[in-house]
Amino acid sequence: MLGFLQRPVVVTADINLNVVALTAVGLLSRLWQLAYPRAVVFDEVYYGQYISFYMKRIFFFDGSGPPFGHMLLALGGYLGGFDGNFLWNRIGAEYSTNVPVWSLRLLPALAGALSVPMAYQIVWELGFSHCAAVGAALLILIENALITQSRLMLLESALIFFNLLAVLSYLKFSNSQKHGPFSPSWWFWLVLTGVACACAVGIKYVGVFTYLLVLGVAAVHAWHLIGDQTLSNVGADVLGRARLAGGSGGQGVRVLCHLLARAVALLVIPVLVYLLFFYVHLLVLCRSGPHDQIMSSAFQASLEGGLARITQGQPLEVAYGSQVTLKNAFGQPVPCWLHSHQSTYPVIYENGRGSSHQQQVTCYPFKDVNNWWIVKDPGRHQLVVNNPPRPVRHGDVVQLVHGMTTRLLNTHDVAAPLSPHSQEVSCYIDYNVSMPAQNLWRLDIVNRESDTDVWKTILSEVRFVHVNTSAILKLSGAPLPDWGFRQLEVVGEQLSRGYHGSTVWSVEEHRYGRSQEQKERELELHSPTQTDVSRNLSFMARFSELQWRMLTVRSDDSEHKYSSTPLDWVMLDTNIAYWLHPRTSAQIHLLGNIVIWASASLATLVYALLFIWYLFRRRRRVCDLPEDCWLRWALAGALCAGGWAVNYVPFFMMEKTLFLYHYLPALTFQILLLPVVLEHISDHLCRSQLQRSLFGALVVAWFASACHVSNTLRPLTYGDRSLSPSELKALRWKDSWDILIRKY
Amino acid sequence: MPPAVGGGLAGSELRPRRGRCGSQAARAVGPDVATEATARSPKRPAPSSRRFEAPGRWALLALVTLMSFATRFHRLDQPPHICWDETHFGKMGSYYINRTFFFDVHPPLGKMLIGLAGHLSGYDGTFLFQKPGDEYEHHSYLGMRGFCAFLGALLIPFAYLTVLELSQSLPAALLTAALLTFDTGCLTLSQYILLDPILMFFIMAAMLSMVKYNSCANRPFSAPWWLWLSLTGVNLAGALGVKFVGLFIILQVGWNTVSDLWHLFGDLSLSMVTVGKHLTARILCLIVLPLALYTATYAVHFMVLNRSGPGDGFFSSAFQARLSGNNLHNASIPEHLAYGSVITVKSARMAVGYLHSHGHLYPEGIGARQQQVTTYLHKDYNNLWIIKKHNTNSDPLDPSLPVEFVRHGDVIRLEHKETSRNLHSHYHEAPLTRKHYQVTGYGINGTGDSNDFWRIEVVNRKFGNRIKVLRSRIRLIHLVTGCVLGSSGKVLPKWGWEQLEVTCTPYLKETLNSIWNVEDHINPKLPNISLDVLQPSFPEIMLEAHMVMIRGNNGLKPKDNEFTSKPWHWPINYQGLRFSGINDTDFRVYLLGNPVVWWLNLLSIALYLLSGSIFAVALQRGARLPAEVEGLSQVLLQGGGQLLLGWMMHYFPFFLMGRILYFHHYFPAMLFSSMLTGLLWDILLRLCAWSLASFSLAGHVHTLGILSLLLGIAYRGHEFEPWSEKIPHAMEQLSLCATTTEPALYSLRATTTEAREPQLLKPARLDPVLHNKRSHCCEKPVHHNKE
Repeated sequence: MLGFLQRPVVVTADINLNVVALTAVGLLSRLWQLAYPRAVVFDEVYYGQYISFYMKRIFFFDGSGPPFGHMLLALGGYLGGFDGNFLWNRIGAEYSTNVPVWSLRLLPALAGALSVPMAYQIVWELGFSHCAAVGAALLILIENALITQSRLMLLESALIFFNLLAVLSYLKFSNSQKHGPFSPSWWFWLVLTGVACACAVGIKYVGVFTYLLVLGVAAVHAWHLIGDQTLSNVGADVLGRARLAGGSGGQGVRVLCHLLARAVALLVIPVLVYLLFFYVHLLVLCRSGPHDQIMSSAFQASLEGGLARITQGQPLEVAYGSQVTLKNAFGQPVPCWLHSHQSTYPVIYENGRGSSHQQQVTCYPFKDVNNWWIVKDPGRHQLVVNNPPRPVRHGDVVQLVHGMTTRLLNTHDVAAPLSPHSQEVSCYIDYNVSMPAQNLWRLDIVNRESDTDVWKTILSEVRFVHVNTSAILKLSGAPLPDWGFRQLEVVGEQLSRGYHGSTVWSVEEHRYGRSQEQKERELELHSPTQTDVSRNLSFMARFSELQWRMLTVRSDDSEHKYSSTPLDWVMLDTNIAYWLHPRTSAQIHLLGNIVIWASASLATLVYALLFIWYLFRRRRRVCDLPEDCWLRWALAGALCAGGWAVNYVPFFMMEKTLFLYHYLPALTFQILLLPVVLEHISDHLCRSQLQRSLFGALVVAWFASACHVSNTLRPLTYGDRSLSPSELKALRWKDSWDILIRKY
Repeated sequence: MPPAVGGGLAGSELRPRRGRCGSQAARAVGPDVATEATARSPKRPAPSSRRFEAPGRWALLALVTLMSFATRFHRLDQPPHICWDETHFGKMGSYYINRTFFFDVHPPLGKMLIGLAGHLSGYDGTFLFQKPGDEYEHHSYLGMRGFCAFLGALLIPFAYLTVLELSQSLPAALLTAALLTFDTGCLTLSQYILLDPILMFFIMAAMLSMVKYNSCANRPFSAPWWLWLSLTGVNLAGALGVKFVGLFIILQVGWNTVSDLWHLFGDLSLSMVTVGKHLTARILCLIVLPLALYTATYAVHFMVLNRSGPGDGFFSSAFQARLSGNNLHNASIPEHLAYGSVITVKSARMAVGYLHSHGHLYPEGIGARQQQVTTYLHKDYNNLWIIKKHNTNSDPLDPSLPVEFVRHGDVIRLEHKETSRNLHSHYHEAPLTRKHYQVTGYGINGTGDSNDFWRIEVVNRKFGNRIKVLRSRIRLIHLVTGCVLGSSGKVLPKWGWEQLEVTCTPYLKETLNSIWNVEDHINPKLPNISLDVLQPSFPEIMLEAHMVMIRGNNGLKPKDNEFTSKPWHWPINYQGLRFSGINDTDFRVYLLGNPVVWWLNLLSIALYLLSGSIFAVALQRGARLPAEVEGLSQVLLQGGGQLLLGWMMHYFPFFLMGRILYFHHYFPAMLFSSMLTGLLWDILLRLCAWSLASFSLAGHVHTLGILSLLLGIAYRGHEFEPWSEKIPHAMEQLSLCATTTEPALYSLRATTTEAREPQLLKPARLDPVLHNKRSHCCEKPVHHNKE
């Protein structure tokens, strides 16, 4: 207890001044004049909206990526006390005084700044010299595109940060594998790998490629672990000693522990962390907002305000006599409700086909009194709910009465107006022309738990199967011409028995009808009676719905002036103008340091060629490199060249609009490879001291030119200096670069 | 820590060469196979002496083949009407017989073979193949069906031989053959005029020859080695020549070859010269030979189809000049574009058409009220434009003036011949595409303003060059706004006569939308040259045909709100395809697999992954297995691995495909998975028998297991026969999952041929004659489309 009296308290600080210095310059380069320009720059206009939504806790829907990135940006706003009151409508708009620009841009800038020392650490952990490690960090430091991207409210710098963190912590973990498995630091780095991977995926889906790469490397290492016969429990820690079995059994158990630890940290933890993002997201965004319509009724009902206000206290079970609105579950092209109105189908369509001339039935994307339908028992005449209510169950035959016109939903063997393979759906008018009413529908609850399930408001997904023709009520999604007021066509589809969202409907608004008279019926509203539906939707249900919609929503591929193809990226054939000063010609561009880009691409090529050369020679038992050197060389390639490839190649297969900044994660990995290749050439390919010195001099000269280029492009990176037109023209080194020159 | 490649190195020492492993397995399992097979098969006389082994094997093969042919040719003539895609492939066979040019998204070999089979069997190509359900009447269709059934029947012996080669075990091979013989899906798919039996034939033949040549690896450069290697190449060419999915088997063979070469390369007992010989042999047989054959099929294709037909419009003007009957055929026009020429301008994008204008204005509210400019697919006088200099309005056709050619980079004016208005653009938004500018016809009698000036540029050419008719790909850049003339491919509403929109796009990206070429060219002052000199060379035709096919394939996109088959539906037999009998016809043919077979396959894949990984981990841990188990595990990992790879190669890529997918796309993968099932169960039962060796009955476990599996498949197969055996049946009652059909509609084809239109409901059963016109003005719906 009094041990500290006998022995002195010793604190050994092991500070790598390189790291400190690199962090300092990293911070300087990223944080300098961070609040300038005080105007919306490029995609800030896009992410800013979401920050405002977070501040106001209003639900929004963004299909471009998972919510963690948005939440990070919003965290900056929260720390800066942003109230969310800013209209993000155009690039270049001045920020009002209530927008804490500095703190909003702080987190991305910090992420960008910390990438610099991390590059140092990664190259060091890969087993290369301090010189190479410092080189990698400096290259990241002076890369103009990375500086620009991390000084704004954008997500790439955070994505790059977590990508690097994942790789770094995996390396730390695998290096501590040799001397201290299951030690606290071993566990720390292992778990951090998983968490960093989840964060990267949580910022943008493309983070998944780095995750897969790390998983792949971990799998290969684990496979070697399985084959490692020497892995015994001698000198191992508690876990091994607990098993007294010894021999191969003990080893097997030990290997199993290793594998289990990896599986938990690299598979289970990322999933949990990813779910956590959504949990926080849904917890924060609890108010209804402008994007509600995309989600299902049940989801909407779980948000404050909006639909919840309408549906709160609605009766849960649909009964004969219920008044309901029916929403289509598919939501394509727009969410809409089953609708009818007094107008009829034209006798002859434009293409000469005929119709039944009965009342139109459509799907209408706005709330309207004509969306109300009454569920009627075919055997009775009344349109009110009995006391007690008789609930409608799966398999029951019902009629649907249109509330305002009291006509019955009907379909028959007449081709639909726009989809001639399907049947027309109408509200039946008796013209007395030997076309009988066929208005019986059998209720089919898709998500039923048993065959006697009751039809529930919001929760039940139902299909209406026509009794006479077994056609199914379906939204075809085609907008009708002018005679149908451009509402969406509804048809009876005969040949389909598979599940498809467009045939599924759910009751959104619901009340028990009480009034016999047509006039009163519209006015009636009923007091709340039964359970509150919103409580029934679990987090997992909300998560899976939101995630599914995010993955399946189709953004219209819009052209953009600065969009580019992946082939333009490797040699920096394109740029993006981010911002132009409203009066002077000061401007910010996403424009890389071309020397670094070109030499990084070259280094990748050199690496690939050398690797193949060594590999073939080794296969013929000619070993140019010592074994450990070869392993280091291969691991560096797997992580850096592999990181470049997995972050770059998939873009060739993506159909969305692509921009230069999509290349930045790949570029970061490529830059890490550059000093690795240089050191290798110097150590193994330069035969004499003279060659080595010459090569060193070349590298210094090359680095000086990179610094020079970086400095030359600095005005376009920070946008702090107004350049004359001639200076701007002089900066246009490639014809494909678009640098803005004001015409006076 | 060694990376992946190091692992490969380490692993290579563990595994014996493929050739050896096969024989090793044979040693391990060989003798008792024969005895069991003989004991099991009641159809064979009992003698179990080795003398009869070889004839016994032949007899078994013959039996399998016989069964296969018997099932495939049984009631081949039924139904005597067009089933499903026969309407396409039968028709395309007829096109070959009639030598009419057509367009299809698949390479030509399959249809050529169908055409050949039809021709040889006396079909004269006169049947129209209009829509499914049409009766064949007196036309001879059995030749074509028989040909497909013949190839389909060969699948089973091929699978049998492949599994036999991989596992050296007769029961495994028999099990595979039984699975495929009694699978109703395979049966149905093999009986009609379709590409699938042909495709599957080539895939299986390639697989078989690859496996055969692998087992010849210990006798390199011997005659059988060369034979199987070159046969592999031939079959690869065939597979790719039928459908592009043949690429998957090419990838598989490629992977196998690369790993084989890698082993040879690492074998220090072989000199580099020998390795070089190996490499050259494979390049010759697996790259050069297939490419040559593939090219040859196209050569035949273009040679046979030399008459203009329904496919012309998909191809470029230069291409069309090859086809007799096309108006560009044997035409002669001036070669270089000159001022004063009357021309038509065609978009380089498929199915967009000619730059067009007509005497109608854009309606109120849509840009400026000037004359419409559109693209139009058909040939018409309104497609004619006159090239003029931008600054003079003198008639360049005046004979006193010298001919002046238009050069790359010139600023020109395009005057519409019929209405004398200039092609014009300005800062008004285009009618349909946002952010693009409107293109109009402007000016009176050719006098307009500076917005009528366009710079003409040839793609990838230097400034100052002349512009060639048909061959030069040009862009028209608007001088004032800097935008480029393009077609968006969107259909204008009724005011634009449903022609396609033309815009001026400010995005100067090079896309086909903004590339045009000059097609017709009239200039009396210039000498006409025959178009033959402009005819594209064979490589160019090949390239263009491929581009058009790939674009056509990408164009087959599922529509919104339409049921489409998803890849995950397939292995679980979720829903089938209706081949025939949409309404109440008495012949219903339905493509759906035998659920027993399919679910057994699915279970086997899971079991394989499990047992395979157990063995792999055990080997990696250095566990010492008894010799017998060692042999079995080698077969499981090597042979089974190849089959699993085949299944994955033929299945997973579909998840990435954006085009519309159908159930029948799964069948090549299903063949591989059936082979895997056969191999796996044989090994599992052997392992069972081995582990129970202490019991007296152990020896029979394997026999009994195989027998019961065979019986189960055959029994269930018989029960499900009706599904594909064209017997009128209420299938709904049999269906285990949702039995949905889709009217398999290729949207692209529907536009070209109208054939796949499923039977329409009668347009209107009756047009109700209205006696009393009801007034419908009580409630005028005021809600229109979205604000």
